[in-house]
Amino acid sequence: MGLIDINGLTKRFEKRAVLDELTLSINAGDRIALIGSNGAGKTTLFRCLLGHYRYQGNVQFEGARTARRDVGTLARIAFVPQLPPPLRLPVGDLLRFAEKGAGASAAGMQEIAGKMGIDLDEIRNRPFYRLSGGQKQKILVTVALARDADLLIFDEPAANLDPAARAVFIDLLAERKDCSMLIASHRLEEVASLVNRVIELDRGAVVLDDSVVDRLKAGVFRQCRIGLASAHPTFGAALLDWGFTETDEGRQYAGKIPAADTLRFLGLLSRYASLIEHLSLDTSDTGKG
Amino acid sequence: MTSSPRASLGLMFRLELTESLRSRWFHFYSVVLIGLMLLLILTGVSESRVLGFTGLSRLLVTYIQIAMAVLPLFIIVVTARSMVGDREAGNLEYMLAFPVSLSAWFWGRFFARLVLILTPVLIALAIAAAYGAVKGHEIPWNHVMLYAGLVAALSTCFLGLGFLLSTISRSTEVALGASMVIWLLLVALLDLLLLSIMIRSQFPPEYVVGIALANPLQSFRTASMILFDPQLILLGPASYVILDAFGVVGYVVWAMVYPTILGLLFAALGYWRFKKTDLV
Repeated sequence: MGLIDINGLTKRFEKRAVLDELTLSINAGDRIALIGSNGAGKTTLFRCLLGHYRYQGNVQFEGARTARRDVGTLARIAFVPQLPPPLRLPVGDLLRFAEKGAGASAAGMQEIAGKMGIDLDEIRNRPFYRLSGGQKQKILVTVALARDADLLIFDEPAANLDPAARAVFIDLLAERKDCSMLIASHRLEEVASLVNRVIELDRGAVVLDDSVVDRLKAGVFRQCRIGLASAHPTFGAALLDWGFTETDEGRQYAGKIPAADTLRFLGLLSRYASLIEHLSLDTSDTGKG
Repeated sequence: MTSSPRASLGLMFRLELTESLRSRWFHFYSVVLIGLMLLLILTGVSESRVLGFTGLSRLLVTYIQIAMAVLPLFIIVVTARSMVGDREAGNLEYMLAFPVSLSAWFWGRFFARLVLILTPVLIALAIAAAYGAVKGHEIPWNHVMLYAGLVAALSTCFLGLGFLLSTISRSTEVALGASMVIWLLLVALLDLLLLSIMIRSQFPPEYVVGIALANPLQSFRTASMILFDPQLILLGPASYVILDAFGVVGYVVWAMVYPTILGLLFAALGYWRFKKTDLV
């Protein structure tokens, strides 16, 4: 029995099936990156789980088939939408609503917002819709993370965040070891370090369900060699941080990557892809580091 | 965390009050309704005499007749776009992800809007009473209270209708268009317009009276007249039907109870529809 069991979930708009007999199980502790092109059904899946949509099929929370929009289930799910809503109410009222209506911790919100670079006291009286896109997103993330939820559902959560806030956001999510996550993202590398499972949707069906943790077990390492076209101090420093050794005046690097961190490491490489002339990631080397 | 339905309802009620108090529609609406009363006072309407009405009675008669034109249109247009507008903007997607029941969400908003709509009217009536007291006019408290009741009934009716339209419409444009058509139809069915044409065309009088009784605008209008003109001289021969069938008290009760029930039924239908379809 999973945290959420989805069986034969179908959602049609007029005659077009956006979710088509989708079957999926989300277990406690799963940190899922939900990927897929536009229109693949990611947001529709979220809306079905949150009870926003009527659907055919069956969704069970901890084995119990719940009503379409069950308040008890929603109390255990925190959600951040893709686009912040243009709420007119002041930020303080939204926070109070989250506190009284969803059990968000006031102290937790203060702390998380501080880490995200937001001074809640400064913006408390400002209407939410008047904030910048990044500020709105930070507030929504703050509210979601301050809730004692068992499942976090984030729809492109970092889309409006600047790189610094994005890094903090990823760290904050990584700290939440007590809950499962379902994160839709176009950029897998962004959430790669967080997740232990990748699910790809295409035209409303699961086309890839990759439990990263099965293949990339903790304690197993991969031998990696990287050749750069020219030395790059920042990239070099990042590789040294990963325990790599440097040769050829900063143009060749070699090291061992913990297999469980492969996605996070690939996320790093993707930022410097244009510098990489040669790359090998030896999967046959599974020896201990 | 909010657990009881009552606490959830209170939470949504306060949230809607807070949000609407900051919205432009409420500011504009309040300025129009309170400003109208101030304008009537400043122009000395209470000092004039028409068909025997003078003083505060004259002021209230004029105010309530104008309010009848403004209030329903304003309520239905603003309300019809509320839910569907929130749906289009993405507000519903976010807010309905919180663990608050749909009934608390819907009815909390409904009653908060009702309070918001009535407050400026009640303030305007209070200003009229205060002005009457200062000028030494006799204050017809029973009429002030009955007017407040009639306004509350009419407001409930159009608020419910607005919520219904807002939940069944898939876009703001459709909701606004439908609200305008309904309002125009109800105005057209007032006794001076379509009903007189029907009578002239020898339409069965029972149907004409039935339409007039069913029209909440007409019931408000007639009841507001009956308070100051118990014989309904202003209304003409139709007054015989009303007075024979209802009597003065009976008709005033009808004009308060019927629109209220109708509005609550519309709202309940809207809630049922809201619950049964996709929320976002």
